[in-house]
Amino acid sequence: MQRIGVFVCWCGSNIAATVDVAAVAEAMKNEPGVVYTTDYQYMCSEGGQSRIKQAIKDYNLTGIVVCSCSPRMHEATFRKTAVAAGLNPYMVEIANIREHCSWIHKDKEEATEKAVILARTAVAKLMLNAPLTSGTSPVIKRALVIGGGIAGIQTALDIADAGYEVDIVEKRPTIGGRMAQLDKTFPTLDCAACILTPKMVDAASNEKITLYTYSEVESVKGFVGNFSAKIRKKARFVDATKCTGCAVCTEKCPSRKAKNEFNMGLNNRGAIYIPFAQAIPNVATIDPEYCIHAKTGKCGICQKNCSAGAIDFDQKDEIIEREYGAIVMATGFQPIKLDNFEEFGYAQYPDVVTSLEFERLMNAAGPTKGTLLRPSDLSHPKTLVFVQCVGSRCSADAKDGKPYCSKICCMYTAKHAMLVREKYPDTDVHVFYIDVRTPGKNFDEFQRRAVEQYGVDYIKGMVGKVTKKGDKLMVQGSDLLNNEQITIAADMVILATAIEPDPSAKQIASLLTASIDTNNWMTEAHAKLRPVESPTAGVFLSGVCQGPKDVPETVAQASAAASKVIGLLSKDHMVTNPCVAQSNELLCNGCTTCEKVCPYGAIEYKDKPIVGPGVPRGTIRRVAEVNPAICQGCGACTVACPSGAMDLKGFTNRQIMAEVDAICK
Amino acid sequence: MHDTNKDMAEQVIRMSGVNPRKCMKCGKCSGTCPAYDEMEYHPHQFVAMVEKGRIEELMASKSLYKCLSCFACVERCPRNVEPAKLVEAVRLLVIRQQGKNYLKAEDLPALLDEKIPQQALVSAMRKYSK
Amino acid sequence: MNFSYYPGCTLKTKAKELDMYARKSAEALGVTMEELENWQCCGAVYPMAEDEIATKLSAVRALAAAKEKKQDLLTLCSACHHVLKRVNDDMKNNEYIRTRANNYLKLDEAYEGETNVVHYLEMLRDTVGFDNLKKAVVNPLKGRKIGAFYGCLLLRPSGVMAFDNAENPTIIEDFIKAIGATPVVFPCRNECCGGYIAMDDKAAAQKQVERIMDSAVEHGAEELITACPLCMYNLDANATCHKLPVRYFTELLAEALGVK
Repeated sequence: MQRIGVFVCWCGSNIAATVDVAAVAEAMKNEPGVVYTTDYQYMCSEGGQSRIKQAIKDYNLTGIVVCSCSPRMHEATFRKTAVAAGLNPYMVEIANIREHCSWIHKDKEEATEKAVILARTAVAKLMLNAPLTSGTSPVIKRALVIGGGIAGIQTALDIADAGYEVDIVEKRPTIGGRMAQLDKTFPTLDCAACILTPKMVDAASNEKITLYTYSEVESVKGFVGNFSAKIRKKARFVDATKCTGCAVCTEKCPSRKAKNEFNMGLNNRGAIYIPFAQAIPNVATIDPEYCIHAKTGKCGICQKNCSAGAIDFDQKDEIIEREYGAIVMATGFQPIKLDNFEEFGYAQYPDVVTSLEFERLMNAAGPTKGTLLRPSDLSHPKTLVFVQCVGSRCSADAKDGKPYCSKICCMYTAKHAMLVREKYPDTDVHVFYIDVRTPGKNFDEFQRRAVEQYGVDYIKGMVGKVTKKGDKLMVQGSDLLNNEQITIAADMVILATAIEPDPSAKQIASLLTASIDTNNWMTEAHAKLRPVESPTAGVFLSGVCQGPKDVPETVAQASAAASKVIGLLSKDHMVTNPCVAQSNELLCNGCTTCEKVCPYGAIEYKDKPIVGPGVPRGTIRRVAEVNPAICQGCGACTVACPSGAMDLKGFTNRQIMAEVDAICK
Repeated sequence: MHDTNKDMAEQVIRMSGVNPRKCMKCGKCSGTCPAYDEMEYHPHQFVAMVEKGRIEELMASKSLYKCLSCFACVERCPRNVEPAKLVEAVRLLVIRQQGKNYLKAEDLPALLDEKIPQQALVSAMRKYSK
Repeated sequence: MNFSYYPGCTLKTKAKELDMYARKSAEALGVTMEELENWQCCGAVYPMAEDEIATKLSAVRALAAAKEKKQDLLTLCSACHHVLKRVNDDMKNNEYIRTRANNYLKLDEAYEGETNVVHYLEMLRDTVGFDNLKKAVVNPLKGRKIGAFYGCLLLRPSGVMAFDNAENPTIIEDFIKAIGATPVVFPCRNECCGGYIAMDDKAAAQKQVERIMDSAVEHGAEELITACPLCMYNLDANATCHKLPVRYFTELLAEALGVK
């Protein structure tokens, strides 16, 4: 017979203001198995925990129920408390009377009644609990980083620095990501390439880091400490070991129809190309979509011109299989499509550009070699209008756009405006803004400098429509502070376009069974306290895949993710969750349903001798066997099993039914 | 907020089906409005003033009759606030009162020219009188 | 292909050409337009207030009549199309309006937005197809530089109207290409012509038209086409500086099909 203690927490006024905690403790006295009850202001505090330990000893308790906050918050705390007092940690049950009760109710009487029911349910379950013992599984000391932008590079460098092997998988032909496309970086205005390319070189030359560029993760299996991934290394049709990166082929290639992605499609590139001068690896890649040889079998000009003999039209995709202890998502972002914001004329007028396109138009390695020329006629623009919040901060019922603030636009717009005024003092620069959001070290000072020193004209209001008149773009908008509608005759309009997660994130998240939110940003294990971990153990989040971020924040988060990975890889073994499935071989009918639903591949079918009452001696049947090292205790098999053979330790069918009965009593 | 104004604000919100609190005060409606210069109170002010309960001022303004119902503000609002519906609701509040028609049937003959289509007359009567 | 057809008040009076050429062209294209019996004026403007029920009923009657004939409801006038389409959307999605309108009308069967409202241009695009239209053209309008004036009512609000990209539409330009002419895209093609403001404040309407005409002329249009009698009136009567000829799109269609 169990001897159960029930400990009701006030959580200050969080619970006690809505739930009569003394009444809950009093009511539990009458429950079968309960020998001690009490309530206390903060059960998780030092004082609260010592009361629990004392009671365990004084009353010879075999198990405890803590009525408090969510088990996600303090289950681990109270398990440690129980262990310190000599109990098995799995003899602790939490009744969540905060998130599930006091926070969502107003009426004290009703809330108290519900708290009593929740407590009684936990007691009923605990009556059937049995001590459980954790096992261990080995940790593979290698990490996989998906995405080779600044986030992925920083995470990989930090992990490698701690002495662990790390692979970066990047879908584009080079690492560098979005940051490589930027001209200058705020708030210090140093050139993005100058600070990024050394890091790219470090990543490439680090002997602990392996780069798989032009590669994609195809499948992932396993669990924390023991993942195995298949990586497709797409054919470049260029032998990377021979190519010297001389770029002769890229100049000679007669196919010039492909849009240059690195320059945001502002100019074209050859079918064989190196994305940019500092690309890593500095190796050419053939785009089969545009390659004349790939289409017709003729041409081969690149091959004829390659002195290294690196062109290999017969190259095939390669599949690499590798095992990892940890996986880091660093998949980044892209600007949204502007099809539904044509009031700004992006598709109609070439001189209406996105901010990322503007970065390329200002960059020395861009299509205009760093001289600001407008795309339509390559003339020098005199009047520039920046429009903020294009596609950001839109309500869910608006025709398109994102509900969130894209966070980086206020600062890069101030940067663009400042750079234009600095380089071309003969320009007029206007910025339409709704709010200027500049929380960040030296950020507001930066924006003020744009206004006060560089004379950028900030207009509180929004652009309603852009039309064309002569060679001018007529930008009609509101100037709310002057209560005017104004029209500016501009030469260029730059749209601070909302950002969204890279489209690959959604698919990779599903490979990893990691969760994403309604906007496809990766979800954190805890929004405040575990911001770089996914709820899926062993999956970590680096950079913008988790939400909009600027470069400094991205780098900080990338290092944070790395430290979590290092913490994991530094362990030789992982303590495994003992709440795993087990099959009752006497009941198993061998139907293999459980095997099919198991997301972790933890179930195998084996021929086994069956011994039991009524079973003829020597009977051998094909039955399910759970590998406890792989099982994650999700319970899918227990629900799917038609014969009731599959059960989950710590959450047995009997325990669940006892809880239901307790609720319905 | 004065009680009468509060009641009227609630009525405008109910009639229009618009929730002015959705507005993030970007001013795009007023940036896009083709009748802006003709209006004393502009689309974004309609939203802000209904939110503050300043209905009597709006009811007294000629702005009510300057809106073209072109739906540019409705189409382009990033928060789907639909300012045009507020203009219409306040106008209805005025013209539904006895003797408050802005355009009377007897005014029409003087306004007609040879080419004016029936559609113009019907629209104007629907917008300006009850 | 048979459609129920809702002409609307102006098409029987000041905009007879819009109607007449549409009918002739439809016949040439093998489309039958069956005019609804006893249709009533739609009211020309969509009553935006939630509590405006009576002013929506004539539109509901027309929609219900087409439903009874199990036909799509074809429209020509931009204003009628706008009103019918939006009232139909209310009858489909706004329970408050649906219930009250049906309480008023006491139809044999409650109307719940079952009818498809199709504009003549949509019919040309989706039923006939611009490629087939092109084949049916006997008198291509070669060399004519035509600006499409959309106005507001066909396009906005795009969530309900679902006619085309409201900010960068192409349907009338595609139509112009199909009849062998050259479309001239001009930025003010989806601006408001001034609408009913012409009755109250002529100067305001003139300002709107001036901006539109300026934009059309500057971009090289030599004539304009429209689907709306009120746009036609404003562009024609309230143009001050520039004045391009304005025609209903159906007139040009009939010309191209050789049935004018």
